[in-house]
Order: sequence, then C-alpha cells, then structure tokens
Amino acid sequence: MNVYTFFTTHGAEIFSTTLQHMELVAIAMVIAVAVAVPLGILVVERPGLRTVALGAASVFQTIPSLALFGFLIPIPYIGGIGERTAVVALVLYALLPILRNTYVGLTEIDPAVLEAATAMGMTPWQVMWRVRLPLALSFILAGIRTATVITIGVATIAAAIGAGGLGTFIFRGVAMVSDAVILAGAIPAALLALVADGLLALLEKRLRVS
Amino acid sequence: MPTQSQVPANANIQFNEVTYGVHGTPARVSRPSGQLSDSGAKNYDSSAIGEADGRPNGVFSKNSTQRVLVSNISLTISAGETMVLLGRSGSGKTTLLRLINRMLTPTSGSVLVKGRATTEWDPIELRRSIGYVIQEAGLFPHFTVAENIALVPTLDKWDAARISARVAEMLKLVGLDGGDFASRYPRELSGGQRQRVGVARALAADPEILLMDEPFGALDPVTRAELQREFAELAKRLKKTIVFVTHDLREALLLASRIVLLQNGKIVANDTPLNFMKLQHPEVQAFAASLGDIRAGNGAGAVR
Repeated sequence: MNVYTFFTTHGAEIFSTTLQHMELVAIAMVIAVAVAVPLGILVVERPGLRTVALGAASVFQTIPSLALFGFLIPIPYIGGIGERTAVVALVLYALLPILRNTYVGLTEIDPAVLEAATAMGMTPWQVMWRVRLPLALSFILAGIRTATVITIGVATIAAAIGAGGLGTFIFRGVAMVSDAVILAGAIPAALLALVADGLLALLEKRLRVS
Repeated sequence: MPTQSQVPANANIQFNEVTYGVHGTPARVSRPSGQLSDSGAKNYDSSAIGEADGRPNGVFSKNSTQRVLVSNISLTISAGETMVLLGRSGSGKTTLLRLINRMLTPTSGSVLVKGRATTEWDPIELRRSIGYVIQEAGLFPHFTVAENIALVPTLDKWDAARISARVAEMLKLVGLDGGDFASRYPRELSGGQRQRVGVARALAADPEILLMDEPFGALDPVTRAELQREFAELAKRLKKTIVFVTHDLREALLLASRIVLLQNGKIVANDTPLNFMKLQHPEVQAFAASLGDIRAGNGAGAVR
C-alpha cells in the first residue's frame, strides 16, 4: 500500500485525528501560557522563585517525553490513561520556553526606559503593564511559538498512553512496519508545526517594537 | 510640619548631612530582595537600585562591605535657581540627583523637597511632581512622541482635551511644532529630537523642580551646543528649580546659576560660575584646565 492510497482511503480518519491532535495541543498551550506567563511576571522581582521555577521547568524538559508520559500514568488525579495525562505532560514540556522568554523579555529592556518610567512616577504595577509587558510581547510570543512547535511534535507520543492524536498512525505504522501509515501521522503533524510556526511568526513580527 | 522651621524660606530642596552608601559588593541581577529595606521604600526602590548599581557612581574598594557614594552632603537649592552638579564619573552627582526624587533614600541624614523629607513623601506623588530628564532620553519606544510627552498627565488622569492641548504646547516649547512629530515613534527621531521630547515630557505636568542627568551627554557636539543654548534660554523663561548633572564645565558655565563640584562623594566647591573659575581647589583647577586647553586652541592641529 503506498502513501497516496492510504491518504485517499483513510482521509476522513486522518482528518479527524488531526483535529484531535490540534485539540490536544491547543488545550495544553492555553494552560501552559496561563501558567508560564504570569509565573514569568512574578519571577522578575523574585530571584528565589526564579531559580526554582526555571530549574523545575528545565528539569521537565530533560525528561525523555515517552518516559514523562509513563511516569504520569500512576499519579492520582492528573495521571491515568488518556487525554488528561497527555495534556499534563505537554504542559510541563511547554513551560520552559514560555517562562524563559517571558522572563528574558521583561528584563532585557533598556535600563534608561525603566529608569525613566519609575522616576516619572509610575507605580511598579504600571511599569509592568504599561512598559515591561508591551515591550516584552514579541519575546513572549516567540516563546509561545517555540513551545507550540515542540508540543505538536511531542503530542504524537501521547498516543502511547491512549490519548489519541496523530501519534496513533505513527505507532500503528511502526507495529505494521508500514511507511504509509507512519507518514499518515507524520506528514499532518509536520504540516501543523509549519503552519503554526508561520502564523505565530507573522503575529510576532507585527507586535515587535524596534 | 516640624521640619519646616529649619528650612530657609526660598529653599526648594535641601540636603541635611546626607550620606548614601550601599551594603555589599555591587550585585545587579541576583540581589536579594530587601537588601536595602532600611530605606523604607522597598517597593519602589528595589527596581531603581538595580540600575544605580550599574552606574559608576562611587568610590568603592572591591572587598569593602559598605560602598559610600556620597558622604555628609549639606546643600540648599533655592527656588528658581539652576544648580549644576559637576564632577568626574563616579563623583556622586547622579546619586545626589536620585536622592531628590527618592529613587534612592539616604542612609543617614535627610533630603527635604519643598520642606518635606523625601521619606515622608509618597514616592509616586513626589516623582510626578518632579520633572526628570536622562541621557538618551529614556523615551518609551512603544509610545508615540505625543504619548511620551503625555505620560505624567495621563498617569494623573487629566482629561483628553487638556492633555492634547498641553502636548501641543510642549512640542512648541521645545521647537518640535510643525510637522508630524506628535505621531512619530522615538526610533523615527534624531538623537537631538529625542532629547527635546525628553525635556517636553519632563515639563508636561508643569513641575516646580526639574532634574536633568547629563541630558545632552550622548549627542554630537554640534547638536549638543544647539540644545545647550536653547535650553539656557528656556531655563531663564521657565523659572523652574533645576538640578543639572554634568561632567562638562563648559555646559556648567553656560547653564548654572550655581556650580557645585563633587569629588569622591563630597562637595569641594559651591559657587557662582563667575567665582567658581577663581577658586584654588585642585579639582576646580583640573576642570578649569580642561577648558583652558580648548580656549587657547593649542592642540596639535593649531601648530603649523
């Protein structure tokens, strides 16, 4: 069976699996952004928390993805078989790029600008919301972009713990020793990553303040 | 107010035996929060101090635990005068400036602004009532020129009509009226234009006091001379209390009603420009010498 025939005969299944994959990634990214961006803001003035947060996020990234999915299965509430566990793992993976870029974006601002902001009588809150965040936005978005691309790839492994997604085809193809089936998962996943990367790059460019 | 009685009637800013030092070796990033909690303004100062450490403000030996940036400063700055704080890099002049708007608080002694110790002021209220211009202007790159100038009025919630009228007035004041300057971003301006916007922004809320930290230091010599001349005119008209930091004696002589010379965190001279040049202090002489070379035109190029 060649790739083309598989795509034509299994088109509907590939489409719905791709949608499921996107859903998995989208949920994980929303949660990761909701956690990592505020955390990045918090650590700007808190070196202790910064060390802990960046350290933990780095550690998650070093755990091989397949192992991380496996580790999570026996954990109550967040673990088990299925989508929920997969989302937890994907969030843990996505944290570091977003957190690090948020922190770097918020701190790598011309000191003269921050000096002026404070000296003109902005409160720390106003300095954050009116100066630091707007200037860090393209940085933060770059982090989200990196994290999204990584997550789309890592999410294929989620099929190993029964979370579905495009990994389903890849694992099935490996078991069947069928390139066509593997590619039915790999090609849409690669396309998703490229499209997400392109769209987010575009948005990032638009928000950049030179 | 108990502190009021000690202050001369026309004093706008007064330093009473002010010493400012920092504990520990200069740390920028990994500074423990609350390192200077004795300042009593931790929330606001914590961000400011990080930047202070980046500036070569003071004398310090590498292993000392206390780095004294200015020591035992007593100084009265009267309403309406332009006081120039002159000194080499690291002499403490910027530190003195930052003590006025409570970007720093004294380790000992007190700084009175309009008769009230800076530590008794709400730092936000104090800073909004004081104009501040720094080198490279420190304009917000994501704000237009108009939005930059409108900063303090916006923070103080003026109504929109009043703000736009004030912005137009300020643009005119600094010679940026006509053209589309208001809607431009700082990156679309020349260095001199940016600095003009910096001055306009500082004056927008009509503060009594204006602090300027080497505002023209980063400009090319021709533009600098231009802005110095214009600003000297402006200062005369505005009648603000101006504290101006520079290491350029020429600039000091042009702008000052009084020159205060700092060396190693101490005041070594305090006089009118006219008398200043006659002082015998070696540091005054050193500054005067730098000027003399230029006047005599005795550089290598002048010799045929």
